[in-house]
Amino acid sequence: MFHRGRYFGVLAGAAALIAAGALAPQAKAGVESKDPIKLTLHDWTGQFITTKIMGEVLKKAGYNIEYVQADYLAQFAGLKTGDLHVAMEIWETTGRDAMDEATATGKVENLGETGLQAIEEWWYPAYMKEKCPGLPDWKALGKCAEAFSVPETAPSGRYLGGPVTWGGFDDERVEALGIDFEVVHAGTDAALFAELESAYQRKAPILLWVYAPHWAPVKYKGEWVDFPKYSSECYNDASWGTNKNAKYDCGKPRGPIWKVSWSGLKDKWPGAYSTIKNSKINNDEMGAMVSAVDLDGKDLDGVVADWIANNEGRWKTWLP
Amino acid sequence: MSRASIALAPWRHSSVLVWAAAFALAYMLWIWGGEVAPWAMKYPRAWIVPLKFWISDGMSWLIEDATFGLFTFTELTRGISWLIERPYRLALGLLSHGLLQGQGSDAVQILPPLTWIAIVAIVVALGRFTKDWALAALAGGCFAYLAIFGQWDGAMVTLASILIAVPFGIAGGLFAGLASYRWRTIERLIRPVLDLMQTVPVFAYLVPILFLFGFGPVSAIIATIVYAMPPMVRITIMALRGVPGEMVDLGNMVGCSRRQMTWKVLVPSAMPGLMVGVNQVIMLSLNMVIIASMIGAGGLGFEVLASLRRLDIGSGIESGVAIVVLAIALDRLSQALANKNPPEHSEAEARLPLWRRYAYTSVCLAIVFATGLVGLAAGWVQSYPEAWAVTTGSLGENLVRWINVNYFDQLEAVKTAVLLNVLIPFKRFLLGLPWIAVVALLAVAGWRLGGWRLALLCAVLSLFNVTVGLWAKSMITVYLCGISVVFAALIGIPIGILAAERERLWGFVKVVIDTLQTLPSFVYLMPVVMLFRVGDFAAMIAVIAYALAPAIRYTAHGIRQVDPHLIEAGIVSGCTRFQILTKIKLKLALPEIMLGINQTIMLALSMLVITALVGTRDLGQEVYIALTKADTGRGITAGLCVAFIAIIADRLITAGAQRAKARLGLE
Repeated sequence: MFHRGRYFGVLAGAAALIAAGALAPQAKAGVESKDPIKLTLHDWTGQFITTKIMGEVLKKAGYNIEYVQADYLAQFAGLKTGDLHVAMEIWETTGRDAMDEATATGKVENLGETGLQAIEEWWYPAYMKEKCPGLPDWKALGKCAEAFSVPETAPSGRYLGGPVTWGGFDDERVEALGIDFEVVHAGTDAALFAELESAYQRKAPILLWVYAPHWAPVKYKGEWVDFPKYSSECYNDASWGTNKNAKYDCGKPRGPIWKVSWSGLKDKWPGAYSTIKNSKINNDEMGAMVSAVDLDGKDLDGVVADWIANNEGRWKTWLP
Repeated sequence: MSRASIALAPWRHSSVLVWAAAFALAYMLWIWGGEVAPWAMKYPRAWIVPLKFWISDGMSWLIEDATFGLFTFTELTRGISWLIERPYRLALGLLSHGLLQGQGSDAVQILPPLTWIAIVAIVVALGRFTKDWALAALAGGCFAYLAIFGQWDGAMVTLASILIAVPFGIAGGLFAGLASYRWRTIERLIRPVLDLMQTVPVFAYLVPILFLFGFGPVSAIIATIVYAMPPMVRITIMALRGVPGEMVDLGNMVGCSRRQMTWKVLVPSAMPGLMVGVNQVIMLSLNMVIIASMIGAGGLGFEVLASLRRLDIGSGIESGVAIVVLAIALDRLSQALANKNPPEHSEAEARLPLWRRYAYTSVCLAIVFATGLVGLAAGWVQSYPEAWAVTTGSLGENLVRWINVNYFDQLEAVKTAVLLNVLIPFKRFLLGLPWIAVVALLAVAGWRLGGWRLALLCAVLSLFNVTVGLWAKSMITVYLCGISVVFAALIGIPIGILAAERERLWGFVKVVIDTLQTLPSFVYLMPVVMLFRVGDFAAMIAVIAYALAPAIRYTAHGIRQVDPHLIEAGIVSGCTRFQILTKIKLKLALPEIMLGINQTIMLALSMLVITALVGTRDLGQEVYIALTKADTGRGITAGLCVAFIAIIADRLITAGAQRAKARLGLE
C-alpha cells in the first residue's frame, strides 16, 4: 500500500501530467472536430500502407487518427453505424457487391478511386513457358493442359483458384473456353501463395490466381495469362466472344480500388473528407512499398514515413 | 453342440436382430431407393426450411428494433462492451502502451507502461509465492523468452485481453454453476446451452458478436469469454456436488445464512475443484488468440497471421511458440495456485509491519517503481531493445524448403495412394447414402445404446441437418472428421500404450502433445499446404495433429488405472505379455479409451473451420463463407449443424462407454 501522503503526491503529479497532455494538442491547426477519425486496417500489407499514408497525411493536417483492426467485408456493418469511419481499399473485383449494398443504404459513401488498379488473373511462373510454349495466349492452355496436371487431376490440368468467397467465375470460364482444367479452390490467400512458393522452389507446374498490387508478382518471375479482354457484355451476354453459347469466355475484370467512408464524415470532418477524396497513389509505388516490407523485411511505419517525406509536394495538394 | 445351433446362437440376441434388420433395410434403400423414392436419396430443394433467413431477420430486428422501453437492445450490448472496455484499456495501458490521456493519435502518454523487467520480476515472484524457485525460474524464463525473441509487444496485448477475459469467464462460470447447483431447473436449462457453446464453431457467432458489441478488441474478448466459460460452469457444478455432506450439515448446525453457506462453506470447500476450472478457462482463452485476432484483438495472434500471409514461416513459428510459452507460464502458475495450501496466519505474523506481512507485494512494488524511474532515463530498462532481439531467421523456412525440394515426390506418392484408396472412396460412399437411412440408423443406434430418449435426440438432431439443406456438407464433415479420427486413433492409441508404462517417454510425449494443442494450428497449416497442396489431405493432417492428444492421453491414463492385482493375477495364471496387454489392460481401459476417442472427435470438429482455410468443402467452409460475408443466419445454421454432429457422436459414445463399463463390472 501507498503511504497516504505519498499517494497524494503521485496523484498531483499525474494531474499535472494530464494538464500538460491536455494542453499540448491545442497547438495544432484548427480542425472541425478533435474526435478520432477511425480508419480500418485489414490483413494485407498493401492496405496497411494505403491506410497509414492517409492517416499520416491527416495527422499532418491536425486531425486525430485512430487505426482499427476490422474484417474486410464485416467492416461495412461498422461503417453504416458510424463505429468506423474510413476504409481505404475496397477492390472492384472482390468488394464491389458489398460496397454497392452499403452505399445503397445511404449510410456509406464512395469517395472515389485510390488510383490503384486491381489486377486479378490466372498467372504462371516464367519456367512454365518452356513446358507450354504458346503462353501467355490462353489458347496454349488448351493444348498443354497435361503439363499443368498433378496426379489427382491428370490428364486434366490443375488451376488453383482463390477462396470461394472471392467469386471470379473460374469454373464457368474453364467450361466456356473449353480448356481441360480442374478448378481447385484454396481456402485463404496464405494457402494460395504457400502453394506457389512450394511449386516455385521445385520448378514444378502451377497455374493459379494471383492479384496485384501484391508482393507475389514482384518476388516470382511470371506472367498473366492473356484471355480475351473483359467486357461487361462477356459476363452478361452468352453470344459474345469465342463461345457463342456461354458467358464468361474472357478474362477477369480489372478495376479500380475504391475508398469508402461513413456518410457522416462529410459533415463532421469536412476537411478530412476532401483530403481523402483528393488522395491518389499508383500501382508502381505501391508495389515497391509492399515488396520493401514483405520481401526486404523493412519496418512498415518506416516505409510510410519515407513516402511522406519524399512526396511532400503531392500530399500537400490533397489538403483543403 | 451342433453346427446349426452355433450358427444360430447369435441370433438369439435381439440386438443383433435389430441391427441386421436395420442394415438390410438401409441397404435395400441404397440399392433401389433411387427409383422408388428419389426424395429419400436426395432431400428435395423445395422442402428446405429457410432457417438461415429467419435467423438473419431476427438478428436485424435485435440490432435495429428490439427495445426494453427505456433503452434498446443495442444500447444494452454497447453498455456491456463499454463496461468491459474500461478495465481492458487499463490493463493494456499498464502492460503495453502506458496510461494515455486523450483519444486516437492525439493521445499523450501520462505514465509509461510497466517495464519489462518489472513484469518478469512479478511473474518470478508469483512463481516463488505459489510454489518454489523452480517454478519461478520456469515462469520467468518463459517471459524472458518473449522479450528475447522480440515478441514482447504482441504478447503484452494478448496478455491484457487474457487478463480481462479470464476473470469474466471465471466469475460468469462460477455464478452460472452456483445457480445450477441451487436450482435444478436452471441446470436443465443451462446444460444444452453449454453443449452448444462448446460445439458451435467460434466463427459462427463472431459476426453477431461484432454487430452487437461493436468493432474492436472488446468483441474479441466477449467471443473468448463465450468460448472459455463452459468448462468453468461444469466444473463448478461438479465441485459443489463433491462437497462432503458433513460440511453442509456443519454449516446448517452453526446457523449459516444462505449467503454464508455459499461463500463461507461451499465455495471454500470446493476450491481445489474450482481451480481446475480456472486453469481450463485460461487454456481455452489462449486457444482463442488466433481467432480473436481476426476480429481485431491484435497481439500474438495477429503476428502469426501476418507472418504467414507473407509466408514468413520462421517468424510465424516464433510468434506461435510465444503463445505456447505464454500458455505454459500461465498454466503452471494457475496449477500451482490451485495446489497451494491456504496460508496460515499466525499471531506473530499479524504483529509484523504491513510491508513484511505482504513481502512479495512489497518487493514487486519496489521493483515496479525503481525500474519505472530508471526506465525514464534508460530506455533499455523500460522496453527490451530491438537490437538485442534474437531470431531464428530463415531456419524454419529453409527446413521446409529442404523437405519440399528433396522429399516432395515421396510425400506426393503417399498422399496420392491414401487419397485414391481411402479418402475418395469413403467420401463417395457417404455422399451416396440415402439421408433417411442414415437418420434411421442413428436412431436405432441411439435406441440400442441409451433407450428411446437418445433415439429421439439422434433422429431430431440429424433431421435438422437435412431440413436446413446442409446434408451434403454435413456428410463431407463426417467423412473428413471420421477419417482423421480413425488415423488419430491408429497413431494415438499405440503411442498411449507404449508411453503408459515408461515414465521418461511419457514425459517427452506429454511435452509434444501439449505443444501441439497450444501451438496455433495456422502455424503448421501453411507448411503442410506447401508439402501436400490445398485440399482434403492437408486438412486431414492438420486435424490429426490437433486431435491426436486426447487419444494418447486417455489411453495412457486408462492403462495406468488398471488394477495391478488383476495384472498380477494374469501373470500368475501364465499369460504372455501380449495376452496381458490385449486381454486385461486394453479390455479394462476400453471405457477410458472410448472417452479419449470422444474427445478426439470433439477436437476434430472444432478444427473444421481452420481446415476451411485450406479449401475443404464441408460445414467449416460454410461457416467461413458466412463469416467473410457477414451473414449471421448462414453462419449460425451451419454452426448448429456442426454442433449437432458433435452432440450425436458424444451422446452415442458416452452411452456406449457406460455400457462397456457396466459389462466389465467397473461401476
